[in-house]
Amino acid sequence: MTSTVSPASASRTGSASDASGSVPRLRTRQRGSTPGRPRRSVLLTVLTGLVLLYSLVPLVWLVISATKTQEGLSRSFGLWFDGDFALWDNIVDTFTYNEGVFTRWLLNTVLYVGLGAGGATLLAVLGGYALAKFEFPGRRAVFAVVIGAVAVPGTALAVPTFLMFSTMGLTNTPWAVIIPSLISPFGLYLMWVFASEAVPNELLEAARIDGAGELRTFFLVVLPLLAPGIVTVSLFTMVATWNNYFLPLIMLKDPDWYPLTLGLHSWNDQAATAGGQPVFHLVITGSLITIVPLIAAFLLLQKYWQSGLSAGSVKE
Amino acid sequence: MHKQSRRLLRGIGIVCALALGATACGGSDDGGAAPKAVSESDVEAALEKGGTVTVWAWEPTLEQVAADFEKEHPGVEVNLVNAGTGNEQYKALQNAISAKKGVPDVAQVEYYAMGQYALTEGLTDLSGFGADKLAGQYSPGPWNGVKAGGEGIYGLPMDSGPMALFYNKKVFDKHGIDVPTTWDEYVDAARALRKADPKAYITNDAGDAGFTTSMLWQAGSRPYEVNGTGVKIGFGDKGAKDFTGTWQKLLDEKLVAPVTSWSDEWYKGLGDGTIATLAIGAWMPANLASGVKEAAGDWRVAPLPQWTAGADAGAENGGSALTLPELGKNEALAYAFAEYANAGDGVETRVKGGAFPATTAQLDSEEFQNTEFPYFGGQQANKVFAESAANVADDWAYLPYQVYANSIFNDTVGKAYVSGTTLADGLKAWQDASVQYGNEQGFTVEK
Repeated sequence: MTSTVSPASASRTGSASDASGSVPRLRTRQRGSTPGRPRRSVLLTVLTGLVLLYSLVPLVWLVISATKTQEGLSRSFGLWFDGDFALWDNIVDTFTYNEGVFTRWLLNTVLYVGLGAGGATLLAVLGGYALAKFEFPGRRAVFAVVIGAVAVPGTALAVPTFLMFSTMGLTNTPWAVIIPSLISPFGLYLMWVFASEAVPNELLEAARIDGAGELRTFFLVVLPLLAPGIVTVSLFTMVATWNNYFLPLIMLKDPDWYPLTLGLHSWNDQAATAGGQPVFHLVITGSLITIVPLIAAFLLLQKYWQSGLSAGSVKE
Repeated sequence: MHKQSRRLLRGIGIVCALALGATACGGSDDGGAAPKAVSESDVEAALEKGGTVTVWAWEPTLEQVAADFEKEHPGVEVNLVNAGTGNEQYKALQNAISAKKGVPDVAQVEYYAMGQYALTEGLTDLSGFGADKLAGQYSPGPWNGVKAGGEGIYGLPMDSGPMALFYNKKVFDKHGIDVPTTWDEYVDAARALRKADPKAYITNDAGDAGFTTSMLWQAGSRPYEVNGTGVKIGFGDKGAKDFTGTWQKLLDEKLVAPVTSWSDEWYKGLGDGTIATLAIGAWMPANLASGVKEAAGDWRVAPLPQWTAGADAGAENGGSALTLPELGKNEALAYAFAEYANAGDGVETRVKGGAFPATTAQLDSEEFQNTEFPYFGGQQANKVFAESAANVADDWAYLPYQVYANSIFNDTVGKAYVSGTTLADGLKAWQDASVQYGNEQGFTVEK
């Protein structure tokens, strides 16, 4: 994905400077373009269109397929509707199949995201702020550890974590999923960078001179300034926890504690089990229901998300 | 994801090898311990006392069996957990065994994976539990499976998969093609079908270790010889040559659909007639009935095509047993459940639920054989299956690390399905990789 986008954005800066360089001469001929707004590039539009298509087609497929029955799925073309419109039936079936276990999985996921991603965000904010604004011995070492931790994929740690949790008797409990989710080195790093840019030292000094204690300063002065960063980090950790698959796969055996990812996977596996019943239509409808909250979160929070992303990228 | 899980598997394999080394050392000190013994009265006492037995299994019919068992023994609670199908459950089991915690009392293990667990001392030898007396109750294939090439009995057979040829009669009738009785006729049928309908394929095969080993089994090839930690691997015998020769023709002429089994595309092909036959285990009817409803009445079952005309060689495809992991607790109760499910009243319950039995009492019973399958247009398909079950040669052996070997099947033999590599070369590469891995794991492997 990134590699597809970067040449496009590079060509944009190129064409932007071309356009602004030639604006005085071309003004009369180029009626459509206004100063400051770069000329439209056909290449860029096509590339963006391709990327858009690439991201949307699977979604479209998912939405269309969720309206089909199990038989309809195999008899009709993937990107168009089948004769029967079964979306509502599918949604009802998804929530009632297997004694309504889907609702349980949904609540589990909400629990893991609430405690895991919420806790991860809280820790990242506290830690990031402390690392950015307080001088203490060993800060460099912490930095090295955090950068190192960003580079280690969680998957590589899953089995050692399992063995450790097993001796502590935590496997097959919700804690086995929540505790590892609490640690987000990337979130910590992001908050660190964000806090050092967004919170002026002068403001902290002013607060201290006025007699505010550290806690008061943190909650009343620093937190509001960090809000965009907090939203960004919480979105990151939320997406990571919501989509978490490998860790719960290793940790959990009890379907009552499955998150949605594992639950849907187990439904999908029924098709590959001797004597099992294929329920592809429920897997697809369930997947659609699963991504709705994430899409909602992105749309609602995108303002913060964007400002959070670009914060710290430009040094003023 | 795939690469990661493969790496994980390898890691676990190394842990196993260490465990194997350790237990082997331990064993030589006390001069080989006799298998554990649990008498009938122990079992009865355990049932009287009650308790919880944790069962890891994905077999859907066990749910009813567990409920019935609890009803019959009020003090007993069966904690039935679906820890994933096949490989996924094995990974979970390996993890639990290496953590020495959370190991289930009973675990479903497929026959092809039995050797791996039996040899690494992960499974209890049930000879001392009275399982040795059950030998006559099972058909030869599954019984061979639970013995895992050794002296012990490492599980009680749950189901079996004697192979048969499932074919779409509607497609065969439409194009006037005869149902093949030999694999040569099968190739001819494949050509005829392709000519009549360019979209239709005789079958699908995208490279599947389970299918290939079953086909070798039927062809009389015995690629694996296991004797303790001494292993011999070779795909050079006549049976293997027969198989690769025939199957290479199908691949070269593009007569098999490049569709992975169990995918939605596969179900689609089975439903619309573009995948016309399946050589597969006898547990398939339940899957056809629930997954390919649109083709109800189109399909029929025939005996598996033969390598020599008039022969009746069979082979097992899939199937699994209930085993007792050594680190599980409450052995007497665990055995009681396994016996109830796989040798007692549970068998009838599971057959009614659509499972294919491993017990001769059911296979030979008139009620079973006369069952008419509405899905197969009223055909008494169990007659074909039961005959196939009786004709399975019982001298087949899987590798003591077959789970790993199957996981690298697609890297080696799989090439024959996507490039110019021949099937024979692919098998050779699989053999070399399996030999190398076995030696690394502490086995003595010859070619």
